Amino acid sequence: MSAAPTTAPARTRRTVTPDSTRLWGLMAEFDSPEAIFTAAERTRDAGYRWWDCCTPFPVHGLDKAMGIKPTILPILVFFAGATGVVIGILLQWFTNGTSFDVWALVWVRGYDYIISGKPMSSVPAWAPVIFELMVLFAALTTVGLMLLLNGLPRLYHPTLKSARFARATNDRFFLVVEARDPRFSLAKTEAFLNDLNPLSLERLEA
Amino acid sequence: MVTPDRHQLGAVAPRVIRLAGGAGLVALAITIVLALVDGDATRFFRSYLVALLFVLTIPLGGLFFTIVQHLTRAGWSVALRRLMEGLAANLQWLWILFIPILVLVISGRADGLFPWLDHAHHDHALEHKAPYLNAGFWIVRAILFFGIWAFLSRFFFRNSVAQDASGDVRYTHAMQRLAPVAMIMYALTQTFAAFDWAMSLSPHWFSTIFGVYFFAGTCCAFFSSLILLVFFLQRQGKLENEVTLEHYQDVGKLLFGFGVAFWGYIGFSQFMLIWYANIPEETTWWIARTQGPWRTFTWLLFIGHFCIPFVVLITKHTKRHRIVIAGIAVYMLVMHALDMYWLVMPLIPDALHHATSLQALGNEIESDPAMVGFTPHLMDVTCLLGLLGLLVAGTAYQLRRCSLIPVRDPRLSESLAFENM
Repeated sequence: MSAAPTTAPARTRRTVTPDSTRLWGLMAEFDSPEAIFTAAERTRDAGYRWWDCCTPFPVHGLDKAMGIKPTILPILVFFAGATGVVIGILLQWFTNGTSFDVWALVWVRGYDYIISGKPMSSVPAWAPVIFELMVLFAALTTVGLMLLLNGLPRLYHPTLKSARFARATNDRFFLVVEARDPRFSLAKTEAFLNDLNPLSLERLEA
Repeated sequence: MVTPDRHQLGAVAPRVIRLAGGAGLVALAITIVLALVDGDATRFFRSYLVALLFVLTIPLGGLFFTIVQHLTRAGWSVALRRLMEGLAANLQWLWILFIPILVLVISGRADGLFPWLDHAHHDHALEHKAPYLNAGFWIVRAILFFGIWAFLSRFFFRNSVAQDASGDVRYTHAMQRLAPVAMIMYALTQTFAAFDWAMSLSPHWFSTIFGVYFFAGTCCAFFSSLILLVFFLQRQGKLENEVTLEHYQDVGKLLFGFGVAFWGYIGFSQFMLIWYANIPEETTWWIARTQGPWRTFTWLLFIGHFCIPFVVLITKHTKRHRIVIAGIAVYMLVMHALDMYWLVMPLIPDALHHATSLQALGNEIESDPAMVGFTPHLMDVTCLLGLLGLLVAGTAYQLRRCSLIPVRDPRLSESLAFENM
């Protein structure tokens, strides 16, 4: 696809073709970290929200240029760790320090048993299990929520249809704006991206 | 380009040396007066040992961390490395402060401090340990430890400063070549120094993890001191562009990781194995610290040295706020001083041999806290402040002429541009 559509009516006509109902977004191609950096800053300032940059290597400061908010993952991980601590305490208190029945799919009974002459509820002995459960909960939550919040695993992505996009892992930098963005309008967004002087501008189907 | 005087202590150095050194000497003079009034030499030397271990841990941590930088070829930390080297360089003269203890041991009056020196009464367990725990070997080891520390800290400091002038990358290579051997030497000397100077205060008791526990305290002391040193220098208008919040955050992470979490982990590991096995010869050390007045002190350390800073330092926001992290660093230094006090001061009570139960022992200790060595005295504070003052002055003296950053280190640009997020 050519970088710059020539006339406004042509663009309008394309938006109403049946094909464009499946339009996923627009992809602009750049050839340097500096170019994508400036483009990201301008896209951020234009108020777009559903957009992303694809670069062959991490471009330092790009997240700030894109205006990406800090992740809430650490806060969730903190509470996951705290949950692990509570479960570690309850589990050991019930299994070693009590003798009442609890229904956990089947009826189970706490088994109060003196081990090594220590008290029934012997907190220092619990510490390793509490610690390990805290680590387990925090670690699994970190990995699991990281995947979830990033929408992974994803086996298909519209950008992969583009032949140009293969160079995103080599020497080209891409900025994609999705059609679901509230500010997206094919005509205006295309004009805006053209204004960023990309090497190419491509429409992507879903 | 930044003006060079922002890389030099300049007029700050003599001022710090005068003020901190003067205050330190005054505090030491007060300590000596207090000790003479008190009249108990052993009590004074216990106090002195707490202060000495406290000021030793700061440069020891600096030496450890300097070696780590060369071992890993770290880039992020280069802007801070001269300050680490400067702190570590104090190991070249800190042996002077060890002389009083050395003289005490040589004079044969140290058996109040190190009971294994006392040959007057027969002790089967100590006789078995005598090949290691005897005055001669102990003195040789002490000289060896200080010799190795002085050599290593001098080597890394000298080479790094020499590179400032020539920019020759061979200095970097030389330091990287020695780093693995230096790390092994550091680990052995620090571990056995902890055994010799702190663990042998209760010579019947032993713990293989003791050296690691001491190392965790060393990290706590050093990272806190590094934060305070950078904070002070930036207040003086030095290194304002070179050391960024990113560096603060990373040193804060290390303080959190090693000085708080690792310290708690090792301290608890030491406790739990002994508590669980419940073997009499091992539990004595912990009974002294968990019965009577030291019980409160142990809880204070657990909550104050672990729980509170764990929650406060877990977020990046406290680590990225200069004043907040400096406040935390002061707090952690106080906690570390209490940790050293808790390590040295408690005595295993003789009442342990006839006590019928822990409860009875606890009551007996409560009625006479001195039997577990709980005798807080003003000289504990003045002696600590005195030696700390000398250490501050010594650090300023080490850094008085050289640049405050390794200006021609090949990885400096990496450190200046370093970002966490």
